Amino acid sequence: MRPVAVAGIGKTAFGAFPDRDLRSLAVEACEKCLKSANASPAQVDAFFLGNFAGPSFVGQNHLAPYISTAIGLEGVPSTRVEAACASSGSALYHAYTGVASGVYDVVLVAGVEKMTSQPTPKVTEILAAAGDCAGEIKAGSTFASLFAMIARRHMHEFGTRREHLAAVAVKNHANGALNPDAQMRKVITLEQALAGKPIADPLNLYDCSLITDGAAAVLLVSAERAAEFTSKPVRVLGIAQASDFVALDQKPDITTFPAVRRAAQKAYAMAGIGPADVQFAELHDCFTIAEIIALEDLGFAGRGEGGPYTADGHTSRSGSRPVNTSGGLKSKGHPVGATGAAQICDLVLQMRCEAGQRQIPRHSLGLAQNLGGSGASCVVTILGVV
Amino acid sequence: MSQDTGTVYTETTVHSASEAFMKDVPYQTAIIVLDSGTRLTGRILGERVSIDDRVGRVEIRGGVPFFRKIA
Repeated sequence: MRPVAVAGIGKTAFGAFPDRDLRSLAVEACEKCLKSANASPAQVDAFFLGNFAGPSFVGQNHLAPYISTAIGLEGVPSTRVEAACASSGSALYHAYTGVASGVYDVVLVAGVEKMTSQPTPKVTEILAAAGDCAGEIKAGSTFASLFAMIARRHMHEFGTRREHLAAVAVKNHANGALNPDAQMRKVITLEQALAGKPIADPLNLYDCSLITDGAAAVLLVSAERAAEFTSKPVRVLGIAQASDFVALDQKPDITTFPAVRRAAQKAYAMAGIGPADVQFAELHDCFTIAEIIALEDLGFAGRGEGGPYTADGHTSRSGSRPVNTSGGLKSKGHPVGATGAAQICDLVLQMRCEAGQRQIPRHSLGLAQNLGGSGASCVVTILGVV
Repeated sequence: MSQDTGTVYTETTVHSASEAFMKDVPYQTAIIVLDSGTRLTGRILGERVSIDDRVGRVEIRGGVPFFRKIA
């Protein structure tokens, strides 16, 4: 396996864009990405697209060539990857294996989702299809309710409090307020976060990520060719994908995600580092409890200590290990299939000192954790400036 | 009461539902560990339940098990 670098990034703004279709969002992100790497479409050897539910949200299938031809990629292999909310993390992982193995030199990875054209109950139904439709979903579960049951159990076993969940929302909104591309640029107080409209007890509106339109793209190249594209390459030091049961009720312990632990262990080993070496991270805060458990599963906080660790400020921009300086899925937005690629873009922005008002001082080693469903898929990626 | 009894492992009351369940809100779902060891997700009828409460399966409707708290 040979070293791989990120040579370019591109994102659309995240939000509700009634005048934009799925393809135009993806094309915008891809064109910005190629431009940032001074790359032409003719240099791209393959295209991997992360998308969760284009066929359900907008009625379009066969999305990868639908988009790659619109970018002007010339007949290259174009593949859609679906792993629920980890779709573009998984697309990145598979693109990485293609470059690291030597099959490709230059691969464009994109993620896109166009969600706001459907009313919220329909969006809830489409998202629920990432769960076990023969069991938990048939019983009336939504993704919020699955994570609510996770939160309940975490609170029961470890004494995690509503205030701990709210602290995640307050922090991520404070960060997103500084991100010009974020969907909800709004600072919220702890009192507001505690008083949101109930969604699935104990989670309220402020514990839930957003319904979003958006796209993101990443250009992966062999490290030996990185200098052709950028003066600021970022190395993929470690990357791994792992899986677990789709149904929450099949997991013996729902307060931890084995797929996250497995992917993290592999990515850490590949990078030759441990959790203590990670300076900052973009974590999958689809719900506030998910960020708390990710802190524990990645080894940043002890088991059951993710809540107090957050409330104590360790993950704020001025803390010892900032988490979700982009605003996270909570404030930046969560266009499901685009989220994994967007996390990589946000790590790279920090590493290139291009994060504007939310720039943090220690930014040479970052980690992204992209979760699918209630933990059935996870991709962990570690990037470093070398 | 059915002989299918178990213990509540976790639960939630759903206020914001998918289209098909909007008529039912608010409703409670739970993961139940049956005494046989089987885990499944079901709906709760009647009184709300909490973690560690004992419940019994009272019916299966459309393939979904419905439980009720055992006093």
